[in-house]
Amino acid sequence: MALSDLSRPWRPYPVKAPASGMSRRRGFWERVHLDPWLLGLLLLLMGAGLVVMYSASGQRIDTVISQGIRFGVALGVMVVIAQFAPATLIRWALPAYLLGVAMLVAVELVGDMGMGAQRWLVIPGVIRFQPSELMKLAMPLMVAAYLSRRELPPRARDLAVCALIVGVPVVLIAKQPDLGTSLLVGSSAVFVVLLAGLSWRIIGLLGALAAAALPLLWMNMHDYQRRRVLTFLDPNSDPLGAGWNIIQSTTAIGSGGVLGKGWMEGTQSQLEFLPERHTDFIVAVLGEEFGLVGMLAFLLLYLLIVCRGLWLAAEAQETFGRLLAGSIILTFFIYVFVNVGMVSGILPVVGVPLPLVSYGGTSSVTLMAGFGILMAIHAHRRLLPR
Amino acid sequence: MRKSRHNLKSPEQELRIFRVRALLALVVVFSLTGLLMGRLAYLQVVQHEVYTTRSEKNRVRVEPLPPTRGLIYDRNGELLAENRPTYNLTLVRERVEDLDATLTRLVQILELSDEEAEAFRVRSRQRQRPFQPALLMSDLDEGQIARLAVNRHLLPGVEVEAQLLRYYPDAEVMAHALGYVGRINAEELERLDPGRYAGTHFIGKTGVERYYEEALHGEAGLRKVETNARGRVLRELGRTDPVPGKDLTLTLDKELQHLAYELLDGRRGAIVAIEPATGGILAMVSAPGYDTNQFVTGIDVASYQGLQEDLDLPLYNRAIRGHYPPGSTIKPFLALAGLVEGVITPDKTIYDPGYFQLPNDSRRYRNWLRWGHGRVDLERSIAVSNNTYYYTLAHDLGIDRIHANMTNFGFGTRVGHDIFGESNALMPSRDWKRERYNQSWYPGETLSVGIGQGYWQVTPLQLATATAVLANRGDWVKPRLARTLGDEALPEPLPDTPDAIELVNESWWDRVFSGMEKVISGHEGTARRTGVGLEYRMGGKSGTAQVFSLGQDQKYNADELAERLRDHALFMAFAPIEEPQIAVAVIVENAGGGSTHAAHLARAMTDAWLLDDEEPDVEEIREEMDEDDARLAGN
Repeated sequence: MALSDLSRPWRPYPVKAPASGMSRRRGFWERVHLDPWLLGLLLLLMGAGLVVMYSASGQRIDTVISQGIRFGVALGVMVVIAQFAPATLIRWALPAYLLGVAMLVAVELVGDMGMGAQRWLVIPGVIRFQPSELMKLAMPLMVAAYLSRRELPPRARDLAVCALIVGVPVVLIAKQPDLGTSLLVGSSAVFVVLLAGLSWRIIGLLGALAAAALPLLWMNMHDYQRRRVLTFLDPNSDPLGAGWNIIQSTTAIGSGGVLGKGWMEGTQSQLEFLPERHTDFIVAVLGEEFGLVGMLAFLLLYLLIVCRGLWLAAEAQETFGRLLAGSIILTFFIYVFVNVGMVSGILPVVGVPLPLVSYGGTSSVTLMAGFGILMAIHAHRRLLPR
Repeated sequence: MRKSRHNLKSPEQELRIFRVRALLALVVVFSLTGLLMGRLAYLQVVQHEVYTTRSEKNRVRVEPLPPTRGLIYDRNGELLAENRPTYNLTLVRERVEDLDATLTRLVQILELSDEEAEAFRVRSRQRQRPFQPALLMSDLDEGQIARLAVNRHLLPGVEVEAQLLRYYPDAEVMAHALGYVGRINAEELERLDPGRYAGTHFIGKTGVERYYEEALHGEAGLRKVETNARGRVLRELGRTDPVPGKDLTLTLDKELQHLAYELLDGRRGAIVAIEPATGGILAMVSAPGYDTNQFVTGIDVASYQGLQEDLDLPLYNRAIRGHYPPGSTIKPFLALAGLVEGVITPDKTIYDPGYFQLPNDSRRYRNWLRWGHGRVDLERSIAVSNNTYYYTLAHDLGIDRIHANMTNFGFGTRVGHDIFGESNALMPSRDWKRERYNQSWYPGETLSVGIGQGYWQVTPLQLATATAVLANRGDWVKPRLARTLGDEALPEPLPDTPDAIELVNESWWDRVFSGMEKVISGHEGTARRTGVGLEYRMGGKSGTAQVFSLGQDQKYNADELAERLRDHALFMAFAPIEEPQIAVAVIVENAGGGSTHAAHLARAMTDAWLLDDEEPDVEEIREEMDEDDARLAGN
């Protein structure tokens, strides 16, 4: 088989075109190809996120405005992407993937160092770009495009191809080193495969294999990554160094109690005991100032978004769309779980932001682009008689 | 093949599989969310108290507020130890990112010499409680403060701290009486209550500063402040004010102390003057003195070495630690012992051929006057300082009774109430000798003790105290330096004051006093030149002591040898006899000129205390002494 096949438009089964005269009056949301429920939930999340951001940034309105502008850009990207039909998206899969891998290789060779990791590709004066962000979308796109053309559930041979597709970029990203992103990129591919119906026997087998490979992973980790894991197991082993973050964030959350200390009243966050308080650790500010109630509200919001996303995925008519949409929404959940898990001390610290709340432009744009794809898949359903 | 695979695709089955998997995923999503919620509930509900405490501990810092050290005054309210505002450089190591770089920068900013810089580094490494400022340098000058202020942003963790620093206006004169405060060292840090001394850098090291440390120090206060993660204080949450240390008023008289120091100027020796009625020490001088202020800010190694290696031992407090053979000054006390024990009566006489011989022993123990004083009674024995009388008396008393009676006068004991570091010197006894030398006591040694030689050693403080007890007709007073502490007077009598010495016949005191008066005012008194023009009745007793060196490993050069082998001159006196107001003991090392040398100084002290005249003329007194020296040298 050739991967180049994938770029050809491909229709699995004939679709009845709706008769123009019989077309029912399309509503506004259908015309703009957006899902009002999902959009509403996302806007609510972003709005609440900005409120937390104001406090987490130390009451700096310019940070909030800049984050708002990024959100605006991200929403724009989402709206634009939502206009493309899945058939177009599937055509992008291979070029996007190859471009992503090429840029990852370029980063490896000429990339710019930032915060101790080689993550950035810089065209001086023009743009600074993290190719791994592109990979977050290109990866599920590619795997979904590939699997949707295969007979499902996937066989061992398909799995081997997928492993190749996933392996190259994940290893490249992990080498940067960016454990968080490689985890997200890898899991987005895994979700596609799982949703495609990978048999339980193989899942069990792979799980056992992965467990066996853990020591190997450990041996290939950077010192700082190992330290993070060790610190996770016992934060007090290095309370002023690597353990500081986790001790301060659990302290912030725990001291928030049920109702929290109040907006802009969190001593841990306002007095700067909390590190990275407006980026990766913003959830600790939330927990400290809004308490368990605030945390549950946010988790509920995320849960609703995931539910809606899964619903949209399940509604999709084509396998490609289903797999892609399912992967995107589950990866979104992985963001939430890993971030909240690490800040609350049940997972080791990896650089994963709280989606649409943590400060940062690139990840917001990528996330919203993902939601754009999700909406595109849903909005471009052919209306079939049931 | 590929085609057939495609044909095998079943959209319905794929949809079914997807929906099952999506449902499963939803279940996993819900359980993972549940796990997060459980974790949050655990942190925020179950462990809430723990984390609230931890968060408070983060935010709230308790800062010590060191108390102001109590001031020290003399009996007339003259300031002897005060607190001057100075600026110190402190450093909190936990807040300094790169200690070496910071120190290097500080050395540049402060323009320190290499030696100062080294001391600086040593201090920065000194053990310190976490987050407590370490004192790097005291007494910054204005230029340094300004330069530090400009560079402040480059020096996180470094602070300029205003602090009151101890200052002694009469440092040299008061050195041995007051003592001094110095930086708390590692050993003291171990011992001190961290709560009381938090924020305090200084502690009394010797003297009154050491003895009354607790009262002078006061009680530390504290303030609770809110700080951010970088330790900057944002606001005060509450405070307990410190209780300042109590002011201390001493019995010392600043003028008398100055006089005593001037009298000893250029010499080695000690003068202790006591008010007999109270035991209050009016003057306590050990010469040479030294500048105690150097020790407050931290003396440099060279200066300290200089003081330590000085042949005159300025750091040595001769007044309370100097061991001197008392010589003839103890004859009045021995006479009293003889009266108490019934060995002599005031009117009993002996015949002095110029020497004393023990029975069955051919060795002659000589009187200082070779041809003898002839017939000698008690009063004359004191006035002319006859040795034969005391050889006889000592022989009749025996060492045991001498030891018991002299101990009653405080010899061989620590007599002071609030004197830090006092020595008990040595009152020899049979037991002592057996323990020390594993030898029995020889009768000849008793004779040596009888004229204040041999093993017997006294401190100037002991001699002055015994003189005061004598002047009090046996009523004991413990010498003390403090008069009032804060608003409170010291207890009367002081605890552990020995019982009064009682005589069967009160008039015996008068007989002894009469002998002592004749020392100064009698026609054959040993210090009769001192009595010229005396305006009140004064009793005293001279003494000379053969030299013994203070340090064992001192090296003398040839010129100094002769000077340092000369006898010590001693004098004890009190006045006026009817109602004693001052008892004084004077010791001048290697005075050479004989006992009269010390007598002149004692007279100068009593004159200054008893007469309201103009300032005593130290020059004139010195001239008189030199005349005496010349006359004796001519003999």
